[in-house]
Amino acid sequence: MYSTDNDTLDASLDDCRALALRIRRHVVRMTHRAKSSHVGSSLSMADLLAVLYSRVLRLDPSRPDWPDRDRFILSKGHAAAAAYAVLAERGFFPVAALDTFYQDGSALAGHITHTGVPGVDASTGSLGHGLGLACGMALAATPGGHGRDARSYRVFALLSDGECDEGSIWEAALFAAHEGLENLVAIVDYNKIQSLGRVEDVMPLEPFAEKWRAFGWAVREIDGHDVAAIAAALKAAPFAAGRPSCVIAHTVKGKGVSFMEDKLLWHYRPPDEQELRLALAELEAL
Amino acid sequence: MRPAFIRTLVELADSDPRINLVVGDLGFGVVEPFAAKFPSRFVNAGVAEQNMTTLAAGMALCGKVVFTYSIANFPTLRCLEQIRNDVCYHRAAVKIVSVGGGLGYGALGVSHHATEDLAVLRALPNLTVVAPGDPLEAELATRAIVDAPGPCYLRLGKSGEPRVHPARAALDFRLGKALTVLDGHDLTLIATGTMLATAVQVAERLAGDGIQARVLSMHTVKPLDTEAVLAAARETAAVVTLEEHSIIGGLGSAVAEVLAESDGARVPFKRLGVPPSFTSLVGSQEYLKAAYGLSIEGVLNSLRESIWPRLGQRAFAAAL
Repeated sequence: MYSTDNDTLDASLDDCRALALRIRRHVVRMTHRAKSSHVGSSLSMADLLAVLYSRVLRLDPSRPDWPDRDRFILSKGHAAAAAYAVLAERGFFPVAALDTFYQDGSALAGHITHTGVPGVDASTGSLGHGLGLACGMALAATPGGHGRDARSYRVFALLSDGECDEGSIWEAALFAAHEGLENLVAIVDYNKIQSLGRVEDVMPLEPFAEKWRAFGWAVREIDGHDVAAIAAALKAAPFAAGRPSCVIAHTVKGKGVSFMEDKLLWHYRPPDEQELRLALAELEAL
Repeated sequence: MRPAFIRTLVELADSDPRINLVVGDLGFGVVEPFAAKFPSRFVNAGVAEQNMTTLAAGMALCGKVVFTYSIANFPTLRCLEQIRNDVCYHRAAVKIVSVGGGLGYGALGVSHHATEDLAVLRALPNLTVVAPGDPLEAELATRAIVDAPGPCYLRLGKSGEPRVHPARAALDFRLGKALTVLDGHDLTLIATGTMLATAVQVAERLAGDGIQARVLSMHTVKPLDTEAVLAAARETAAVVTLEEHSIIGGLGSAVAEVLAESDGARVPFKRLGVPPSFTSLVGSQEYLKAAYGLSIEGVLNSLRESIWPRLGQRAFAAAL
């Protein structure tokens, strides 16, 4: 069922790693040029996006509105740079358009936006909206079959850890379990740093996996930078019959650029010329 | 209006499989016919209006026409950002229904008085704002908002509102087009929602004094029928708006904006509505309407105080 002429779902793990690297290079260039925030948030989820877009999501870049496509909602909309990068790499629009990120008259807003951007299923930016949107989309899929084919498409929502402070996330979590949305997968980019500090200091989420389980979800915890682990988890969903799936991806904010890793500063600071050169040198060397 | 709404929705859903109803754990004694007939298209989102609204947007983005349903401020102010970002920005076919618009929940208190919803929602792009004036308008509005693409807000009374329009056949109900309930040239009463019946009753009292009032049902607050407003300003001697809503931001403000920006529409004008303070008095809808000047007598008093003196004694000697 999950194969069409336009799919590239058989991409190798090496292809995934290469795509993640290209996403990271785009991200540091885009945030440098835009002088924009959120480079760390974009880098932490680059591997997740690379696997989703090359091995998991059933998509057709020539038909972005294909009704039976899998849906992807970036609930942490501030990490738009990485999402635009992967969409361009997948051919939804030209890679050259990434240069317009944040620029006057561009379609590429700082928080992910659907207007004029093929492949974006929903705009977000205010936190706590994406899981509810994904619930509605999952519910609207045509029922039938079982397991991963229980409905006509699957829906993936990528959440930040900080946004799990929002009550609306847990409203949606209750709902998805109650409705038994097997075709829904929530992925949390658990990079442990939120807007004003470390998650454990600002508003601790632990025991995090237990919270999702208590809300009725089937949960797996993975290393969010291990493309094999990501692919295995996302391919295996749903993890339990009749339940939505949650992947808690342990990640490092700013992953891939040594001086950005695990630093709150890079939630805000754009790389300057020198930092861009250093970052690209590290990303080329990988 | 509530029974008319659900009866119409069940009828429409019978032939339109896109229609879904998502409730926020309210609607006892109202929504059961829909739930019984279309169990797979009825969703109770629980006491969670943010998620109710957001998931409705998600469903609508996948081809459904989704009604959200709750009472008073719960489907609107409680989840305002969800309406703005998820519904309106995406032009999602979500039809937000609130029951008890205005003071319909009377003695239940301030939490249950929807007196700022029109003001707040009128400001949102892509959103059509509709407040039917009687059960027949509620039925026709329900049909119209299903046909209209994109987001709508449907503000209903609770139940037991009097029928204002005598004959359905004569009613040319179109979103964005005011209905002339009574014609007259002395002044115009523009009413929305639950104030329509009061406006007609006021006009009947005025007629007894020889004053011919035009009564417009402005069931669509946005987009506003500016032509009807300007015609009223041109053809009648005064314009008065009536709404069960704060005088800030609702119908009265919308009409004022049109009049203020028009050339030559200089006409005595008055907004009648709930004063811009919390409606903390305790009592029935009728009691509260009277207390806030929205009963028949209250409206007549306002006309005597604010409109008649500006028109000159000769024109309305009888009313003075």
